[in-house]
Amino acid sequence: MTQQPTASQTVGPFYGYALPFAGGGDIAPAGHPGTVTVHGRVFDGAGRPVPDAMLEFWQPAADGSRAGAPGSLRRDQVTGAVIGRHGLDFTGFGRVSTDADGHYAIRTLPPGGAPYISVCVFARGLLHHLFTRVYLPELTDPAAEPLLSALPAHRRATLIAVPEREKVYGFDIRLQHDGAHEETVFLAFD
Amino acid sequence: MTTLPQTPSPEQGTPLTQEVISAEIAQARQAYVKAVEGGAPRRDHPDRAYPPYRSSVLRYPRQPLVDVRDPEAVELSGPVFGVTDVTDVDWDLTRQHHGEPLGERIHVTGRVLDRDGRPVRGQLVEIWQANASGRYAHQRDQHPAPLDPNFTGFGRCLTDDEGRYSFTTIKPGPYPWRNHVNAWRPAHIHFSLFGTAFTQRLVTQMYFPGDPLFPYDPIMQSVTDDAARERLVAYYDHDLSTPEWSLGYRWDIILSGPSATWIEESR
Repeated sequence: MTQQPTASQTVGPFYGYALPFAGGGDIAPAGHPGTVTVHGRVFDGAGRPVPDAMLEFWQPAADGSRAGAPGSLRRDQVTGAVIGRHGLDFTGFGRVSTDADGHYAIRTLPPGGAPYISVCVFARGLLHHLFTRVYLPELTDPAAEPLLSALPAHRRATLIAVPEREKVYGFDIRLQHDGAHEETVFLAFD
Repeated sequence: MTTLPQTPSPEQGTPLTQEVISAEIAQARQAYVKAVEGGAPRRDHPDRAYPPYRSSVLRYPRQPLVDVRDPEAVELSGPVFGVTDVTDVDWDLTRQHHGEPLGERIHVTGRVLDRDGRPVRGQLVEIWQANASGRYAHQRDQHPAPLDPNFTGFGRCLTDDEGRYSFTTIKPGPYPWRNHVNAWRPAHIHFSLFGTAFTQRLVTQMYFPGDPLFPYDPIMQSVTDDAARERLVAYYDHDLSTPEWSLGYRWDIILSGPSATWIEESR
């Protein structure tokens, strides 16, 4: 039986004491030598940083497993505080808020079996979340990726992270074309 | 996509009145009804470009979304959560401090289902809300209503084998905001939900039946389909009320978006 979906509503401005959690962007086990950093800023259609966006990340483990693992918000049973992933299982999930300058950062392991990390964007003013992808350039052959090869070059570029130095990638998200910068490609799945 | 009306903003000196916003709400709704009459599909979700909600104007993509039809897409799987991610008291927002919060104690429960009606089992549900006076425990909420030292206003739980979630909390108050002059949000509880696939991710708001603020609120009215908007309203269930303790509300949540199993079965 087909059910009628529940409508989306904006995350609003006041999720900050509820959804983000300590270590939300530390997806890789602490000190793992393969850790890469993906960071960037979220901008609006006036080219201004968005200080109240929340980003979620989902990706396969390095071995290609898409099963994920519980424990992204592992809790201390005495205080209730989030104590972070235990570092043995790769949960594949991260959640970070942008700071006052619209900036975010995650530390993770490159995904196995797919060249990208999936991103879900929430923000005040955004009535329905948006999906995009961070393609890691070393893993990506644009000609072999149907999604990328179907896009014109200037659009495709918005999905591919920019190497900044060893194991550090820049990935900005532009919610709307601001007259000077290309709008990020966002995705639909149904 | 709706076109932006040329309305003076409060920053430009002309007060943006409820009358103007209400006219825009009516205009967007009429445009939607007309489109559906003309054969356009019904919309379950809001249009991201919804000018009556002024914060949306610079925060929606103008380019169409790019369809992903890849059956191997990573988004057809999704994160999982478990007993380590919640504590035994997270579901009861009235027991997170030493004292009792002020307000009307309520029990909110329902089921999380996919669009084929299957329960979403063992998945994380998160809620957050204002206190009984309509104030959030957030530094940037400067509404001059009292904070409640015994209420923070967020909770988590995992759905059970039937997809059921359950929270005890207090009924949040309505509160003012600055979309326009005399803008007030109807009382609501924010919900964050995960399905079996990342594509099914949903953040939404649950409203309370009979709230007189519904027609004035551009966020709720951004859902221009009448039936879809009504589905955001919980119903009062007297059988869920507990004698001399709490009132009960029931609200089921249906997640749209394909999952790996859904793709498999529809091949």
